[in-house]
Amino acid sequence: MKEILEKYERKSDNLLAILHELQDSKEEHYLSKEDLKAVSEYLGLPLSTVHGVATFYSMYAFKPRGKYIIRVCQSPPCHLMGSTTISKELMKILGIKFGETTKDKLFTLEMSSCLGVCGVAPAIMINDKVYGNLTPERLKSIIEEKRRAK
Amino acid sequence: MSFQRMHILIPMDEEAIQNGALEVKRRLKKELFKHGVEDEVKVLETGPVGISGRGVVLIVYPDRVYYYNVTPKDTKCIVEQHILKGKVCESVENSIDGEGRKNVVDYENIGLTREQPRVVLDKCCIVNTFDIEEVIARGGYAALEKILEEKISPEQVIEEIKKSGLRGRGGAGFPTGLKWEFTRKAEGDEKFVICNADEGEPGTYKDRLILEGDPHKLLEAMIIAGYAVGAKKGYIYIRGEYQLSIDRINRAIQDAKKFSLLGENILETGLNFDIEVKKGAGAYVCGEETALIESLEGKRGQPRIKPPYPVTHGLWQKPTVVNNVETLANVPAIILNGADWYRTLGTEKSPGTKVFTVLGDVEYPGLIEVEMGTPLREIINAYGGGVKNGKKFKAALVGGAAGVFLSDKLLDVKMDFENLKEHMAVLGSGAILVMNEDVSIVEMLFSILKFFAHESCGQCSPCRIGTRQLLEIIYRIKTGEGEEGDLEKMRHIAETMRNLSLCPLGQSVIMPVASAINNFKEDFLEKINKKNNKEVLYA
Repeated sequence: MKEILEKYERKSDNLLAILHELQDSKEEHYLSKEDLKAVSEYLGLPLSTVHGVATFYSMYAFKPRGKYIIRVCQSPPCHLMGSTTISKELMKILGIKFGETTKDKLFTLEMSSCLGVCGVAPAIMINDKVYGNLTPERLKSIIEEKRRAK
Repeated sequence: MSFQRMHILIPMDEEAIQNGALEVKRRLKKELFKHGVEDEVKVLETGPVGISGRGVVLIVYPDRVYYYNVTPKDTKCIVEQHILKGKVCESVENSIDGEGRKNVVDYENIGLTREQPRVVLDKCCIVNTFDIEEVIARGGYAALEKILEEKISPEQVIEEIKKSGLRGRGGAGFPTGLKWEFTRKAEGDEKFVICNADEGEPGTYKDRLILEGDPHKLLEAMIIAGYAVGAKKGYIYIRGEYQLSIDRINRAIQDAKKFSLLGENILETGLNFDIEVKKGAGAYVCGEETALIESLEGKRGQPRIKPPYPVTHGLWQKPTVVNNVETLANVPAIILNGADWYRTLGTEKSPGTKVFTVLGDVEYPGLIEVEMGTPLREIINAYGGGVKNGKKFKAALVGGAAGVFLSDKLLDVKMDFENLKEHMAVLGSGAILVMNEDVSIVEMLFSILKFFAHESCGQCSPCRIGTRQLLEIIYRIKTGEGEEGDLEKMRHIAETMRNLSLCPLGQSVIMPVASAINNFKEDFLEKINKKNNKEVLYA
């Protein structure tokens, strides 16, 4: 953690970038209380400020997440092309609701605003990768593939 | 230097990579090597072409043949038939639905590959963005050089932009030249240029295409803006979801620095300008300029009360010019070709071109750049290929979630700031979402209101509470629990929000709500009346 912090100048406008990098460096993709505390001390900002900023943005999480974070695009173009079916199918396949993580800690299901890949709606993002033109069948094979890869 | 008789372009973006473009490229090179023509044919990785939902796209020059849905297997046929024998390969398999139908199309005249007056996207998908020398050979940084060489003063640059009539492409349409002038004249020793690349409007990805397809154009425009307003530092605020854009811009910044086009003493003229990328973290409201500035400062992205405007009190309370990606991308062409040339495009009050995303139930979804004032019907039919599967057109949501639902009566509306305003509509981000006869407007409005309820930042109560109440009402209507008077209630709430909300997020919710109710009242009444009939039945 210290290494990540020290890459940045002690300036408050680096807060978002530090939070991003800290979260990305974690296997469980989330920011713990200790993380926030360390950032607040490093930047000399009150912990309440750091917490306030971090919780404002939807890309930061505060409880452990799975290895694969599945973000389902909820925007109107995806809605029009059938994202509701995709959401239901995902809940069925994974056996979890939105905001939850599977017991094997492999998948976390989240909603997302427009992913900006509307040309291939309906779309989801798994970690950094976008999957589009989804059908229930394609979705199944993608999840299977991830399960096998672990 | 070797001479290449043919070029094969592979547009590379998030979509293409996801569809396996990297593997196609590898196999293509292997096939070329196998047949000993690797020196005659150049394979170029370019920015996105603006064609969506067609898998990996290959474009073969000079024939200008487009191959869609290319799989690694297809590369053999393309090389053996097209490259070696000059015959268009007819048997490219469809990699998405597996039907094996012909996917080779010479789309010179229809759809998205139809000729377009490309000012903003002129280099997208033609130039290898990773090769700055090629970018320069194609006219990259020529506008900046012109300014520095001909010693055009900052005031003259601003004058030219003002004369061109360029207006902000982020949605509001404020004259760019004026914004620059205000910032230049504002008092302060330190000034900033911010490029707003927090593209979050649902159904919009025009800025992504520019960021990934021609990042150098954006850098050049920012340097020019910095020169004009007297800023030494620029920031590009890119939404966190656009990782590929962030990587490409960072790469472009490095390359530009190597060529002394960015940083200290630009082209040995003593001009200093540096650019830094800031990554967003998932908040729609940060597309609003003052919220973006707050976020850039490392705070919660909550809009500030205006005035004062950023031109005098922006980043760190210093004079700041905030421009959208597409707006900036117009600047180099204006400087190079002059304001008079620019004014030959578009309409009198909205000169130039506009990038639109045509999406939803159309044959060829994707991005196009057309002149301002092009009728909506032409965009949907000529470029989008009309409504998919022979269905009837029902509505188009124009301008994103904060846009309006237009019915077929308004299909001939000209797409520019003034004409749309006359019809209570907005150009917004340039998103056009087409819906066919089977789509329920109630469903669509539900999706939009859910979005606003989620993205309202919570700072001011009209927006925080209003978006929630609207969502509850539309949910009731959608699930058959709607009541008489619900529509009036929705309109009233949205109007209150328009009058009292702090920022455009809350102020613009009236647009989709009012237009949906005005133009598609039957959809709502059908749902509401059904419920009432049910009650009679059980009474």
